[in-house]
Amino acid sequence: METERRIRITKDTDIVAAREEGRTFGAALRFPSSDLTFLSVAISELARNILTYAGSGEIAISVERRNGRTGLSVVARDEGPGIDDIHLAMQDGYSTSGSLGLGLPGARRLMDDFDIWSEPGKGTVVTMRKWTR
Amino acid sequence: MASRATPSKIGHAIGHAPDVLSELVSHLREHRTQLREEWVRRITESRLLTAMSKEEIFAEATSVFDNYVEVLETGSVEALQAYARNLSERIIPRGVDTPEVLGIVLLLRDVLARSLFEKYQADFGLLNRVLDAYEPAANRIATTVAVGFVQERERVIRQQQEAIRELSTPVLQVRERLLILPIIGIVDSERARQLTEQLLRGVRSNRAKVVVMDITGVPSVDKTVANHFVQTVEAARLLGATVIVTGLSPEIAGTLVTIGVDLSKMNTVGDLQGGIEEAERLLGYRVRSAELGKDA
Amino acid sequence: MHVPILKQGGYLIASIQSSLTDSDLLQLRDNLVEQVGKFRAQGVIVDVTVLDVMDSFAVRTLSTLAHMVTLRGAETVIVGIQPDVAFAMVRLGLTLMGVTTALDLEEGLAYLKGRHDGRNEA
Repeated sequence: METERRIRITKDTDIVAAREEGRTFGAALRFPSSDLTFLSVAISELARNILTYAGSGEIAISVERRNGRTGLSVVARDEGPGIDDIHLAMQDGYSTSGSLGLGLPGARRLMDDFDIWSEPGKGTVVTMRKWTR
Repeated sequence: MASRATPSKIGHAIGHAPDVLSELVSHLREHRTQLREEWVRRITESRLLTAMSKEEIFAEATSVFDNYVEVLETGSVEALQAYARNLSERIIPRGVDTPEVLGIVLLLRDVLARSLFEKYQADFGLLNRVLDAYEPAANRIATTVAVGFVQERERVIRQQQEAIRELSTPVLQVRERLLILPIIGIVDSERARQLTEQLLRGVRSNRAKVVVMDITGVPSVDKTVANHFVQTVEAARLLGATVIVTGLSPEIAGTLVTIGVDLSKMNTVGDLQGGIEEAERLLGYRVRSAELGKDA
Repeated sequence: MHVPILKQGGYLIASIQSSLTDSDLLQLRDNLVEQVGKFRAQGVIVDVTVLDVMDSFAVRTLSTLAHMVTLRGAETVIVGIQPDVAFAMVRLGLTLMGVTTALDLEEGLAYLKGRHDGRNEA
């Protein structure tokens, strides 16, 4: 089984490709089905952010092992404008009427570990992980 | 036969000549058969691996021995970790326990060490260099195998717990379109996730329009789990079903209020019987009207 | 990927067949809204049974669709949301509030008929 895949994000079909890849990896690691969906949605959110705010970027999905547990790591990288206020971006501004939240707090709620680095003018790197039970 | 292409990773950290290591690896390979037999003899003598037959012990001993020497040679711990996981997966169902695994690995370490003593005893300086190469590597191997085994056991236990949890919370269809989900005992995050999955799957496969979720048997929940309950109700609505919560204790009601739930919007009834009656009343309507499934 | 839209009685039924990209979703939304006006449909059913993923964009688009359809005097029912998808949606905080949902096509049609029978009796 492959241990890493990188998907370039430059158009909206890439969002679908990235989340399908996440699902495939997750299925190989035998995540329960609800986790597979959470994984796909979280990846979709990050990939969409890349397209919307940076225009292009990359999603890297890899298998990680730590302390006997196996998990999936997803790193979303872009060289876009960066996020000015990470705290604000991570706040729960979601409402179904279409708030323009960045999808980050949502993705965090679907994953186990979540890390974000961003510098205005340099870009953004979001790292998230989900561990098997 | 010993590879000189890459110096041993384990050995390299100690900073000594790779030649010593490849020499002792050659020696161990050369005497493979008798060392292995000696090891199996010691295992049986110490009354380890009693759950396995002599043939089985011998077969496993062969793979372990070869892997052991290979790791000494290449220093690659990844290969060893993979092997340790694989071995654990095989022997755990056989009832092999942690002290046994540690015991046999240490016995192997000793058997090989004695063999090295015997060969190099004439030259004290050389013997020391050989042991300098061997000991750290052998100890690293023992630790890796033991840790790998323990982690695999923990994983198996977690899996079993999950299976038990699932069995202990059945979703019951009492009449057409009506499901009951009685929850008893402590509900942690993991169980809550499982409950949500079961409830939603139950709704879909039974085409339920109402689910009575009875939590009389749940003493208390923390805010995270309370949140999960709310999410379950909301998710069920997305599948066209209403959830009636019964048996809500004052304590859990308090927790829900703390996390900002508007209890007047949640469909709650005092007890299970009352909940079933309410469900039947709701099902008296042909369709589920949009106002019923209130999102908290 | 074009989503076929069927007419059944006074209703429009959009049955999604495979994963949709963002532009596919927007196109579906616009097509449906246009056809509601054209055929003066009383209701719209969007069947998402096949979708194993629905992220915030998809949910927002369905929500917008429902509201736009309401402006044309019709009602939208989203049917076939998968259990795991529903779970993920609520975790994200996207509950499709104000939009009617039903288990499947059959339930969705039953709902719409129920609404209109009531209305027609007035």
